[in-house]
Amino acid sequence: MGIAFWLIAAFTIAGALAAVMLRNLVHCALALTVAFAGLAGLFLQLDAQFAGFAQILVYIGAVAILVVFAILLTRSSETPKDGGVFSRTWFTGLAIAAGVFAFIGWALLESQAGLPHEAAVPIATVQMIGSALMGRYVLPLEIVALLLTAALIGAVIVARHEKEGTE
Amino acid sequence: MLEKADQIFVLLKDWVVGFLPTAWQGAAGVVLGVIGIISVFPALFAIAVLMERKGLGRMQNRLGPNRVGPFGILQPIADAIKSLTKEDIVPLNADAAVHFLAPVYLVVVAFMGFAVLPVGRNMVLVDMDASLLFYFAMGASTEVSIFMAGWSSRNKYSLLGAMRAVAQMISYEVPLLMSSVVIVMITGSLSLVKIVEAQNQYSWGLPHWYIFTPWGFAAFIMYAIAATAETNRSPFDLPEGESELVAGYFTEYSGFKFALFFLGEYLGMLSISGLGTTLFLGGWSAPLEILTWVPSWIWFFSKVMLSIVVLIWVRGTLPRLRQDQLMNFAWKFVLPMTLLNLMVVALWRFMGDGWPRWIVCSAILLLVYVAAGRLGMRRKHFGPRSYRYAE
Amino acid sequence: MLGEGILKGLGETAKNFVGSFVSKERMTTVEYPEQRIPTVENARVFPFLVYDGSNWESGLRCVACQICEKECPPKCIYIEKSKDKKPDYVGKLQIYPARFDIDVSVCMSCQICVEVCPFEAIKMDTDFELSTDDRFGGLLYDREQLARSNEYYHEIHPAEAAEVDARLAVEKAKTEAKAKAAAEAAAARTAAAAKPEETAPATKPAESSPAPKPAGGGE
Repeated sequence: MGIAFWLIAAFTIAGALAAVMLRNLVHCALALTVAFAGLAGLFLQLDAQFAGFAQILVYIGAVAILVVFAILLTRSSETPKDGGVFSRTWFTGLAIAAGVFAFIGWALLESQAGLPHEAAVPIATVQMIGSALMGRYVLPLEIVALLLTAALIGAVIVARHEKEGTE
Repeated sequence: MLEKADQIFVLLKDWVVGFLPTAWQGAAGVVLGVIGIISVFPALFAIAVLMERKGLGRMQNRLGPNRVGPFGILQPIADAIKSLTKEDIVPLNADAAVHFLAPVYLVVVAFMGFAVLPVGRNMVLVDMDASLLFYFAMGASTEVSIFMAGWSSRNKYSLLGAMRAVAQMISYEVPLLMSSVVIVMITGSLSLVKIVEAQNQYSWGLPHWYIFTPWGFAAFIMYAIAATAETNRSPFDLPEGESELVAGYFTEYSGFKFALFFLGEYLGMLSISGLGTTLFLGGWSAPLEILTWVPSWIWFFSKVMLSIVVLIWVRGTLPRLRQDQLMNFAWKFVLPMTLLNLMVVALWRFMGDGWPRWIVCSAILLLVYVAAGRLGMRRKHFGPRSYRYAE
Repeated sequence: MLGEGILKGLGETAKNFVGSFVSKERMTTVEYPEQRIPTVENARVFPFLVYDGSNWESGLRCVACQICEKECPPKCIYIEKSKDKKPDYVGKLQIYPARFDIDVSVCMSCQICVEVCPFEAIKMDTDFELSTDDRFGGLLYDREQLARSNEYYHEIHPAEAAEVDARLAVEKAKTEAKAKAAAEAAAARTAAAAKPEETAPATKPAESSPAPKPAGGGE
């Protein structure tokens, strides 16, 4: 837990806080991108190269773009809400978020991966990840592939329906 | 002596770093490498810009710039001075912070891509296990900067240009990755250094470059198409088409920020050409076995500049593709061909060494290509026009 | 086959590229201002006034008939007639323009003034390097700036100038022949008138016989 970790963690938390507290929605989306980059940095700091670069490639390269496209194509005005960024039920939201965080933290600490054994951490090369995906975890891989195919087909159908609806 | 010429930059770096205490030597080596990259690739950018203007001019039956210096060699310097002294205009309604950060982010991300290219034998800045993935991660991040540029200008044309550019880049990201996955399948590693070393072997004097295999050639063509689209080069330069969208997503940029965008685009071109040479053209390996005495970095840079020449050549030849034609091409033609290529590579590996696999794989690829081409080029039969009037 | 057109196009551009170094027909660019393309016969930029001989004031062909001023569409010509007269190329006394200004920034090079001029006095120049930094008077050309000699006219429009000169020479020959015929007729009349009056002193018809030659002063 050297200085690198603290810096990257501070960066990530700053990005996440900015994502919820900024007034301009596109600024929030860009701050979320910064948080994704911070997460990628954390992965890299733990020597998980594949996870880190896949995070950048997928999250920053595709998901962040998706988020900004969604914002742009649905909200036409850039003016923020008059009531500030805190809604009326912010306390409930905070309580729920704290509860979820506590639960995940407890689950992590209770599991075996929670206790860091420096010497026993294996170097996860990409080849090992590949073999694991194709060997032991092939069922989750295929299910995720099916899910993505379903999403793709659904998107095409929704777009087609819109086109046929206008004719 | 020839080995010294080949390794001259490594030896130079070791000599300079030797003056420092041992604790600082690693970091100093990396810093020297970074300085090398930051000085060499912008110089190549200047040469590429000059080559582009003169080359395009000659292809269009006119001289390029030839007033500044003999044959116009000092034109990039004049351009640099001009862009530095121009007034930097930021529109009143523009988002100042994002407007400023967009070109900065683009140039940072463009430079990061160079860190993993093996420029010569033992000459790579960072040798990682997953360097190809790193490169693609950096390439994907440029889309964010283009979107930032287009949105922060508060200009409808910029926004349209940015949306089109991002849509185009995302569409061609998939064929780019898929055509590189084929190389990874054969080499068995994501590390660019290992990919080049796998190509550095010779049979009967000819190298084992992947472009000389049927699937490698097909993958190279698709990589070239996807790379041209990723860097928004003609014929895919609709986002910055001067005749349509003024200047697309960098309409509102002037002076040095425009120069940074320009730099970012050409650096992207150079780095994707560099990756193309590493994956398909053998990186720093020599074309014939008898030519291995030439230093390796000379081969790498010659191949990169050759790719730039081909990019300029294509720019001077082809007309611009429309947005929907572009996207149709990506999703309906290039992507299925890359998937077919994956299966052909699997077949190649399955059939083992020998001449039958060459014939079978070439036949499959050629037949499908010709069939798909004929299918796509059939003229659409339009029915009689029908009109719907507004009620 | 798909992609064939692209390859053919690439070949064409390569031919252009290589040909631009090698052959003159491919590279049509001219490095202005060191090299210039020679102007063609029909080139026209702005008008100028033609004068015959070496003195621009006395040789100016324009007789201030003001037809070009009336016909000019943007009205860029301004003419003031003179009070006295001077002889023209056939020797007849004509008025001349005291002021003849053309505002070149207004002129649209339509050549209508050239087409309507009955005296072949105004023609189109081919000089286009006329830029000046005098914003207010630099593009208003007066009589002296507009006057160019007939030799210059031959240089820039050889065929046209030759044809104009031929026509003017024919006119001059006709007028001279007419004048000679009139002089001979007058001489014959005075000779016939002198015969019946031979008794009258011989000095009187001798004084009136050399009639003033009309073709004298124009040379």
